[in-house]
Amino acid sequence: MFDKPRFLLAGDKGLLVEFGDAIDPEINRKVRHVFLSLEKGPIDGVIEVIPTYRSLLISYDPFQTNPEILEKEILDRQGKLDQWEIPPPETVEIPVTYGGDFGPDLDFVATHNNLTPEQVIEIHTSGTYLIYMLGFTPGFPFLGGLSERIFTPRRENPRLVVLAGSVGIANNQTGVYPIDSPGGWQLIGRTPVRLYDPTESPPILLKAGNYLRFRRISGTEFQEIASRYKD
Amino acid sequence: MEIFTVIQPGAYTTVQDRGRFGYQQFGVPICGVVDVFAYQVANALVGNLQGQAVLEATVFGPRLEVVNQGLIALTGGNLSPVLNDDPLPMWESVAVHPGDKLQFKGIRTGCRAYIAVSGGIDVPMVMGSRSTYVAGKIGGVEGRPLAPGDRLNKGKGRAKVGVRISPAFIPTYSADIEIRVILGPQDDYFSGGIETLLSSTFTVSDKADRMGYRLEGDTIAHRERVPKSIISEPSVPGGIQVPPDGQAIILLVEQTVGGYTKIATVISSDIGKVGQAKPGDRIHFVQVGLEQAHRILKEEEEKLESIRESLRE
Repeated sequence: MFDKPRFLLAGDKGLLVEFGDAIDPEINRKVRHVFLSLEKGPIDGVIEVIPTYRSLLISYDPFQTNPEILEKEILDRQGKLDQWEIPPPETVEIPVTYGGDFGPDLDFVATHNNLTPEQVIEIHTSGTYLIYMLGFTPGFPFLGGLSERIFTPRRENPRLVVLAGSVGIANNQTGVYPIDSPGGWQLIGRTPVRLYDPTESPPILLKAGNYLRFRRISGTEFQEIASRYKD
Repeated sequence: MEIFTVIQPGAYTTVQDRGRFGYQQFGVPICGVVDVFAYQVANALVGNLQGQAVLEATVFGPRLEVVNQGLIALTGGNLSPVLNDDPLPMWESVAVHPGDKLQFKGIRTGCRAYIAVSGGIDVPMVMGSRSTYVAGKIGGVEGRPLAPGDRLNKGKGRAKVGVRISPAFIPTYSADIEIRVILGPQDDYFSGGIETLLSSTFTVSDKADRMGYRLEGDTIAHRERVPKSIISEPSVPGGIQVPPDGQAIILLVEQTVGGYTKIATVISSDIGKVGQAKPGDRIHFVQVGLEQAHRILKEEEEKLESIRESLRE
């Protein structure tokens, strides 16, 4: 964590504020705290704020404000952040059917780590994962907390289509694909829950700062949950 | 009221407005038109409020049949628009009538044309915008580019009479493009690479779309002993990413976060120029300071205001 945030220009309408230089829960908490303060106590001329692992982007209207004013305001808030209370984190449970057609790379992840597929599932479902940020595609969670016992490199040949709901592992990361997209992660299972549903309000299920756990379900339960969605 | 039936959709035609703001924190990108200036002028020509939706056509324009009377205007890249058998003038509004056919004969200058209709293209708002986001399957017509048989509605328009803007206001889209940039946010990851960026000429590759423009040219070297990628952070339209291979990518409007270093960022006023570049066009980067960029933005806004003013007379 930096003693003082670092400010970097991102073009003529963006100011990047860095709070540290690591993927770390404390730094990320600081990012969220400042983000929350900007939501609850907005600064004139700020259009949108994007929080990520260790930095946030303030997108501003240059006809109303400028980086100098924004920097001063952010520095000013450093000692006063306690007036904006971070809500206690919630833990969201994501049901997953592991292996088979749902997780075609489960066996590879097991073999790579000298484990049985059952052990991989056990390890994956025993973790509690911090949702550091969302991005890449709508609602895609960048999670921290994967056990190193199941770290597995990306596939050598990325798939052209990874189905929405697929749960994968890439090196030290695990995540869920919210929409059909190309992807190179090792797929170990799939969830019937929609992380991104534009017809819902809010359209994104997960929230940065919350925790996520995976719960194992059977193929039958998968179909049962999937059938609850309208279309 | 229906304005167009789509006969042929063209290479890639989508409904876009100014963009979708406030959802990037969830991974939903801004989207919206790439060439904001051309878009604003198109709306002004048909008497629309700012922010109405238009069609953005890319390289090969669509073929559209007019269903009901309306007022349209074309701006942006010249894709050789033709109304029935006659060339259709751009940068002015033109009345169209049922049975008229609007089509495009091929690219002459620029890359993206904007088709505005008095009243705006009327599609449902999703997350505060009508912009199509194809990967996220939202906005526009069912979250996808236009397809044959699509019927496009327009909102209630006020303007009825054709108007045009002074030729002095019409931008030229050259194949040799000067793009102004502000260094950063990761300019400290480069030393000689900055000189390469500012002294070389880069060619637009065929990997160029609304997400980003991959350039070809001299390798932009990172400083020695610095990491070639960074912890994923927010990205902005115009960010010039340099992946480990040193081949730059200019990000446009469909990305929210990324883990590559960004050596510089295109100023807002020049992002439209990037979007009007087509594969094979050449780009030369010039550095400006923040205050200068803001001054340029203000001048552009004043120019738009003069255009709106001239159309009100």
